Parts: sequence; C-alpha cells; structure tokens
Amino acid sequence: MAATADTVRQVEDVTGGAYKYGFVTDIEADVAPKGLDESTIRFISAKKEEPEWLLEWRLKAFEQWKRMIEPEWAKVDYERIDYQDIHYYSAPKQKDGPKSLDEVDPELLATYAKLGIPLKEQELLAGVVAVDAVFDSVSVATTYKKELEKKGIVFCSISEAVREHPDLVKRYLGSVVPVADNYFACLNSAVFTDGSFVYIPKGVRCPMELSTYFRINAQNTGQFERTLIIADEGSYVSYLEGCTAPQRDENQLHAAVVELVTLDDAQIKYSTVQNWYPGDENGKGGIYNFVTKRGACRGKRSKISWTQVETGSAITWKYPSCILQGDDSVGEFYSVAITNNAQQADTGTKMIHLGKNTRSTIISKGISAGRADNTYRGLVRISKKAEGARNYTQCDSLLIGDKCGAHTVPYIESKNPTARIEHEATTSKISEDQLFYCLSRGLSAEQAVSLIVNGFCKEVMKELPMEFAVEAQKLIGISLEGSVG
Amino acid sequence: MALLEIKDLHAEVDGKPILKGIDLTIEPGEVHAIMGPNGSGKSTLSYVLAGRDGYEVTGGSIKFDGKDLLEMEADERAVAGIFLAFQYPVELPGVGGMTFLKEALNARRKAAGEDEIDAMGFLKLVRAKAKTLEITDEMLKRAVNVGFSGGEKKRNEILQMAVLEPMLCVLDETDSGLDIDALKIVSDGVNALRAEGRSMLVITHYQRLLNHIVPDKVHVLAQGKIRRTGGKELALELEQKGYADFVEAA
Repeated sequence: MAATADTVRQVEDVTGGAYKYGFVTDIEADVAPKGLDESTIRFISAKKEEPEWLLEWRLKAFEQWKRMIEPEWAKVDYERIDYQDIHYYSAPKQKDGPKSLDEVDPELLATYAKLGIPLKEQELLAGVVAVDAVFDSVSVATTYKKELEKKGIVFCSISEAVREHPDLVKRYLGSVVPVADNYFACLNSAVFTDGSFVYIPKGVRCPMELSTYFRINAQNTGQFERTLIIADEGSYVSYLEGCTAPQRDENQLHAAVVELVTLDDAQIKYSTVQNWYPGDENGKGGIYNFVTKRGACRGKRSKISWTQVETGSAITWKYPSCILQGDDSVGEFYSVAITNNAQQADTGTKMIHLGKNTRSTIISKGISAGRADNTYRGLVRISKKAEGARNYTQCDSLLIGDKCGAHTVPYIESKNPTARIEHEATTSKISEDQLFYCLSRGLSAEQAVSLIVNGFCKEVMKELPMEFAVEAQKLIGISLEGSVG
Repeated sequence: MALLEIKDLHAEVDGKPILKGIDLTIEPGEVHAIMGPNGSGKSTLSYVLAGRDGYEVTGGSIKFDGKDLLEMEADERAVAGIFLAFQYPVELPGVGGMTFLKEALNARRKAAGEDEIDAMGFLKLVRAKAKTLEITDEMLKRAVNVGFSGGEKKRNEILQMAVLEPMLCVLDETDSGLDIDALKIVSDGVNALRAEGRSMLVITHYQRLLNHIVPDKVHVLAQGKIRRTGGKELALELEQKGYADFVEAA
C-alpha cells in the first residue's frame, strides 16, 4: 500500500527532528460531520448504543455548556477555538467491536507497535502492564482483560462499562468533576467519546500496572476522553497514561476528564507521560491540552497520588487535584512540566483539605527553554473542619536561555488554626560552569542539558513506575533538543 | 610526533589579552609543570586547551595528536583524549556520579568506535579505580560533587580521569585546598596514571605538589608568556626565590 510507504517516510522525516510520533496512520474512519449541536450528541450516543439516561446526561451538559464562557484566567495565549470546526467523533472503521486482539485491524496494531506500545499480549512485558488503547474517539483494544477479571478487577473502555456495569458508572460518573464544573469539563460531559474505566474491588491489590495509551490520528478531530477509576475499600492500583498525536499544522483540542475515587484505605497512583505534538519551533500547530483531572479521597486513610511528566502540547492547561474528604487521607502531586520553543504550560494542583489530619505534598518542577512560558498555579485550601491538616509545597523552576519565562502562583487559604503549611520555591538557571563541566567530560550539549534537567527533576522521576521512568527520561532529552546552542 | 604542540598562542577573555605568545611542546609520556604567580594566565591556558566558551584564541595554533585542536568543540576535544581536572569542580545536583561517569565513558568509547560498556563491567572498573583513591561506594552514589569536601572533589576529578584514560591530563591547581594526606592520595592517583603515551600538564603555584608528581620539565608562566623552562630543579629554585624576577622582567 502506497500509504504505508508514505507513513514510513514521514516517520523517518520526523525522527531526524524532534517529535518522533508525528506520523499519520492511513485507516478508514467513521467520522461525524464537523460542528456541534444537539444532533451531534445524539449521533455520538447512538453510535455508542448508549442508554437513555446517558444521552439525557449529555444533553443536559450541552445545555449548560452553551451558557458558559470560555475562561481566560490562565497565563496562556492562543487563538480562540472555533467549536463548529471540529469533528467530535472519529472511529477506525470496523464492523463490530473487536472481540479479541486478533480482530483488531493490523494497521492499528502496527501503529501502536511503532509508538512502542505493543498490544499483542505475548509481546507485552510478561504481564507487567495491561493496556487500553484509545485511537481517536474509541478504545481499540484492552489487553489482559481475562487475567484481571479473575480478581474481579474491571478494566475496559468506558463505553463498555456503560453497558456492562451501569450501576457503577451511574453512581460515580460526574461525582468528582460535576457536569458544569468548568467550560472544558462541561464540553467533555456533552461529547465524550471513550476512555478507560477501572474498578478495583475491596481488598484487591491490582497485580499489574494498568495503562491507557491515547492517540489522536484524524485531522480536525477533538479528543474528549473520559476516565473513571474507582478503588474500593483497601484496594490499590497503579495507572499509567501516555499520549501522542501526528504532526499537523493546525491546532487540535484535547479536553479530557479524569475522575478518581478512593474509599477507605484505598490507594490510586496515577502517572502520566504526556507527549502530545507540541507544534513546530515557531508555534505552528500542536495540541491544546485542556484537561480536568481530579481525585476524591472519600475514604478514611485513603491516598491519591498524581505524577505527571508534561513535555508535549502547544498549550497545557491542567491541575490534577485531590479532594481530601476522608480523615487521615493523603494527596500527592509530583510534576515535571517542560516547555520549549513556543510552548505554554499553566499547570499545578489543588489540594482541598476537608477531613481531619489530612496531608498533602506538592513537588513541582518547571523547566522552560526557547521562548516558552511555564506557570505553576496551585491552591492549598484548609477548611474549618480539617483539624491538624498539613501541606508541604516545593516549586522549583529551571530556565534555559534568556527568552523564556517561569511563574509561580500559589494560592493558600487556611480556615483552621491548627493547619501546618509550608511553601518553598526556587528559580535557577543551568549555569555556564555546569555545561562546560559536562562538555569537558565528552558529553554533547544536548546530553548535558538532559542530564542536568533529569537531575533537577529527580524527586519527581523516582515516583514514576520503572518502565515509565526510562521513557520519560529519554523524552526530557528529546523535548529540550536544540535548547542550547 | 609531539602529542601537544602550541605555537605562538594568543588568547583573550572579555576583550582583555591574557596569553601573549605561548610556545609549548609536550611529547608522549612527558609530564610538564607550569608554575607562575596569580593572574599569569595559567587557568586561561587550561581553559583554552579544553575549549571553554568565552576564551577566545586570537592568534597562533594548537596541534593535539596531529589534529588542529582549535577546530574542535569542547566535547570533541574530551572524547579525543583531553581531560581537564578542574580547580573548582562543579556541582551537578541530582545527577548521580555513576550515571555521569558512565555517560562520559560511553561518549569516549563511541568516539573511538567501541561498544558501550555494560553495567557490570562499568561497576567493576569504577570500584577498582575508586579503591586506590579511597573513594567509598557511598561517595559514588552521591550527586556529582554535591556536598563533597574540597578533598573529595579533587579525588573525584582524579577518579574521572582514571576511568576515562585520556591522552593528555591537564591538572589545574589540583593541590589547592588539599591537606598533606589528601595531597598524597591524589598524587598517588595521578602517578598511577603515568604511562607511556599519556602526557600531563600540571598547573600549580607550589613546588610541594611536584615532590609527589615529579615533572620532566618545568615552565614559568608570567604575564601571558613562558619566561623560562628547566628541569625539576627549577621548581625548587622558584620555591626559594619566588616569582619576583619574572614579574619584573616582563
């Protein structure tokens, strides 16, 4: 097929440069016409054969969204999005959903293999990671399902969960991020197409990492996935999320919603390596990553831990947050955000302390190079009843060159006199001395920057699961290529 | 063929001339010492050899192992076999010493067309070299130079040198800030590296280092020029008389 040769060439073209995942897969897709109105939502719902309640839920969200105004408070600058110029649904064509991996289009499997995400179970690391792959709007494959089912773990696409586990979905969907929480979450509620669903039953420790890999392929398509993870009492799960998109000149919107719920003594560790196409060095193209991620520690002694390595996207705008409701619950946020060239990131977290003796830790590492802007924005709120709450925040910024910017905007609100809140912030530059020292040992300028930046991010990187950490380290190097001359 | 051949080298920093016509030839296996008062251009010479930005060569030539050194970037010089032991080794927070050293070694091996060293082989190599320098495993685990004492930093420089096995070692005031015991350890480390085909350029203020690392030749650098060259006895003479003669002469 000529298209395949084209794809290979494109891959070769981009691997010489910075972004290695910019290729397009030539695959027949089922696409909704551009634009958004009630009929679009009915189309999506019908395509997914959804129950009536979910359609109602979507339509209600859409009604509210129409009355909302796109927020402008973030320190990011972009051309307004034309919401009528986006496809809200794109699915690789297939008669029925794949029953097993053998039925998945080989072209798709090849795409994921190229991305380094083998979906064939025998190729996966001896049962260490189970993967749900989302291609444009739909989940194309979920591995190790049977294995997990034995333990009562549900890991499937959210569409499937709506069909198979409606009670759980009904109970928790929108319970952490309400439908009208914010502009982009509300849009997502109206048009979300797929995403992952996880349920870990009482007392079960998930035996492998669960992973979702998101890929935007089709042109002018928004990706609106929805992830819902529920950890029942005393359970544990580690979840990984990775993402890439082809290299295109126009911007693409990614507005996801992730909701996490932990009950008593449960723990969720959520790790993201975000590598959406960042646009070219002049700021043309790239993904707008406007995502709402929030976890509710509903149960006592429960814990939610967010770790993110953000290297991609033209604009990153997200605040993975924790609502610490249960007494003695723990929230953690470890973040590395790298911006190079014309990239912009406004990211951070919210730690809302409601329960007694709740604790939160925030470690944020922002790295800016080129003409990029990097903002940490965070909120620590201690409510009246949060007796004995504690927070420790550390925000470090590293600048490479003299045309980039780093900003730290911490908000702290405490209504309880017993609270202990610590905030530390530093800003530094990679010094000439450090660079020369590395060069004089034979490292190239790029290696040197990568090494120094990885050192700077170490506290966050060590929170990532092993397999992910290696990938993330390499990614940091790639993202900063050409940042020193 | 000489390993290093410097001819009429002129260099400036921030537009200010520092080196004003240096001629220096080092044969393979020779150890040369450069002595001189503060501000004579000793450190500038070492930075020019290592290829640091901002140290601009305005005239003359440097040949290293038959190649035009001035055409090469700092990292290219390093992988080609030049090693500078820093007077003030730089801290790299969060960067593990072993990781750093392994990347450096692999860069050098790659340039030589060799395969990357495997993890076990590397560990064995480093431990063996570290032992003679009294560097503990705990020190190896720390971030590069972070929280190191002055003596530890200098020993760490020599460890890097021992692992990278350069052809030309430039030691920039390696004795500064060392007590007598540390000086002995460092000198022993350097002497262990003396070999046929490996040359050294030892820059120092004081003769005492040269009691341990005995040079073949001693040069006096003052006000940007080599004023006198002699054998190891020249160092003793300088110890007694000081640099006053050379400063006046200039």
